[in-house]
Amino acid sequence: MAMSKVKKPVKPAASQRTWAIGFIIAAVVMWTFYTFIMFRLPYQVQTIFQNWLPPTKLNEAMVWVICALGLNIVVGYAGLLDLGFVAFWAIGGYSAGWFMSAFFRQVNWHVFSTVEPTLPGIHISFWGVIFIGGLICAFFGIVIGAPTLRLKSDYLALVTLGFGEIIPQVFTNGENIAGFNMSNGTKGISPVDNIGVPGRALGPFDFSWKFTIFALLTAMMVFISLRLRTGRLGRAWLAIREDELAASMMGVPLMRTKLAAYSVGAFTGGIGGVAFATHVNGVFADRFNFSISIILLAMVVLGGMGNVWGVMVGALVIAWVNSTGLQAMGDLVNTSLHTSINFPSYNFVLFGGVLIFMMLFKREGLIPESRLKAIMHEGDDASANLEGHH
Amino acid sequence: MSIFTSGYQARQLRRRYLERSLGTVAAFAILFWLTINFLKSPSQFFQASLIGLSNGILYALIALGYTLVYGIIELINFAHGDLFMLGAVFSANFITIWFGKESSGPSAWGVFFLCLLVVMTLSATVNVGIERFAYRRLRRAPKLAPLITAVGVSFCLQFVGLRWNGSGPKTWDTVLPAGAFHISGVSIDYTTLFSFAVTVPLLLLMSWIVTRTRQGKAMRATAQDQDAARLMGINVDRTISFTFALGGALAGAAGLLFQQTRGLTSYNLGYQLGLIAFTSAVMGGIGNLQGAVLGALLIGLIQGLNDGLPIGLGQQWSQTVVFSILILLMAFRPTGLLGKPTTEKV
Repeated sequence: MAMSKVKKPVKPAASQRTWAIGFIIAAVVMWTFYTFIMFRLPYQVQTIFQNWLPPTKLNEAMVWVICALGLNIVVGYAGLLDLGFVAFWAIGGYSAGWFMSAFFRQVNWHVFSTVEPTLPGIHISFWGVIFIGGLICAFFGIVIGAPTLRLKSDYLALVTLGFGEIIPQVFTNGENIAGFNMSNGTKGISPVDNIGVPGRALGPFDFSWKFTIFALLTAMMVFISLRLRTGRLGRAWLAIREDELAASMMGVPLMRTKLAAYSVGAFTGGIGGVAFATHVNGVFADRFNFSISIILLAMVVLGGMGNVWGVMVGALVIAWVNSTGLQAMGDLVNTSLHTSINFPSYNFVLFGGVLIFMMLFKREGLIPESRLKAIMHEGDDASANLEGHH
Repeated sequence: MSIFTSGYQARQLRRRYLERSLGTVAAFAILFWLTINFLKSPSQFFQASLIGLSNGILYALIALGYTLVYGIIELINFAHGDLFMLGAVFSANFITIWFGKESSGPSAWGVFFLCLLVVMTLSATVNVGIERFAYRRLRRAPKLAPLITAVGVSFCLQFVGLRWNGSGPKTWDTVLPAGAFHISGVSIDYTTLFSFAVTVPLLLLMSWIVTRTRQGKAMRATAQDQDAARLMGINVDRTISFTFALGGALAGAAGLLFQQTRGLTSYNLGYQLGLIAFTSAVMGGIGNLQGAVLGALLIGLIQGLNDGLPIGLGQQWSQTVVFSILILLMAFRPTGLLGKPTTEKV
């Protein structure tokens, strides 16, 4: 039965629909609450919400979700470990810095931009820049992937790690590359143009519009991830993840398929980078470091590699814990128990512990994907009987 | 069939030709760069090489830990660099705070060697513990699982370092003899000589253990085929523990030497140095002990020359240079300088 060809595209399972509806409802509720209800509440209640989940942090969490979904395509779908995803985030961010700001004062190009036409620099509309940034990232993904994707998995991890170290350093030192100021060095590029929507230009603090836009981008990435997974390419990725040799015997072109995973993942990372640049209204080189790559990986692993909704939940939870959650919970504990523990300083051990214990006891993540669960526990019974293969 | 083979062969030939010509061009460019710098200022050239080599010997100690562990269970032990960092922080506390030694002298040297023994034992124990609790259960799991666990362990060790050493770098007084002697414009620090005097015997001892002893033989057998080794009566678990102990001891020694020669500790030390050390292990051919030392010396030399020569990219590009070399190496010679091409185990 499994052998028979499936001509029709597989319909998304009912659970997918439930999750999608859940996402839409959650987004609408959040939007309504923060746009119409929050400022009517009494001042004390508002402070509580500002401490536990301020609107800007919600937007930032959306950016993390977008990037985590990109990494999920590389790690979760295709099974290629990428430890340098921050490189794509940085390149996306600098695309926004180059094409949406007054940085290149030498020229005066305006493409569908809502800023003053007299302002110097390259000003392309946000909607164009997310594609440009994504494409630049996809290009770099292919450049770094093409020579190295035939390597063994852990060598590949190392190469991506090196790439994730090189790119931020290039941007940090990019003030003077043979006399050309590429990145404005440690000062960074700020401000970045606001997002233009038909008829108006959004200010940097226009929370609810940005929330709508980021939620839409996230929804788009979720849609793309889900459609790709059921399609021909997605099934090829899963086949490679499960057994590379068998997949190549069945006629899956390994290099092309892996490169596709790399470039799609990088494209998504680029979109996240552009979105983040508009969120913080600038790009700053020192923000891009190894810990971002690791946090993204932790999001994917914690949520459930390969499962889009799991990754989304993992990303939201970790982004929240990192930004305000840990601080707010710590304050609550401190005030109720009269202690003075600096909770955010336990971030390192929290992360490390979560990664270790997840791998030891729940390798497939909180909301696992059924196929991946089977793979992750493949070796478990083999240790019991030694003649079993490994 | 023949069409496939000839197409394949042509592609292989073209690839090999491309690699060789690119390699030649790169070699000539580097040679040219070195010659210009040498002619401009010979003393600066030797000074930079010396600094580079003294860094390199330190990298070698750390790189050996990576290469031993990778050789035996094919795991990139991300936590190894952080073990080195803990070794450095421990040594600083041991010598300066607990024993109160802040200047050179016979008793201070005694404390130094005592610290060497203690820190090596301690790091070895910690490394064995990490293997026992975090990696052993995952030995037959897909490779991604132990790798992510290693990253998690690295974070936990960094947390210990952060608690112990504070969030900023700390500077310490050294108990090694200060001063330097000069040979025609090149100054050689006594600390450099001292670190060579400690490191070289350690490396020789390591090499003796692996190649001449029974335990070393067991290690090599386990690295080749775990199941076959087990059938031959080798206690695989104990051998792997021993390997981790050996790697951990070297990382501890490297921590002490780093702290004493640089007089500096910081909680994120392990990440940068660990990465460089792993790069050197890969450069020499991972799993190959001589290769790791050779790679480490080369990486140290490259870094020293890049940072110290009058015509060079300078220190702020140091990481970029090292990792670009790594990526190029991976693309063209993934087996490293001394590594032999191996067939993938299926």
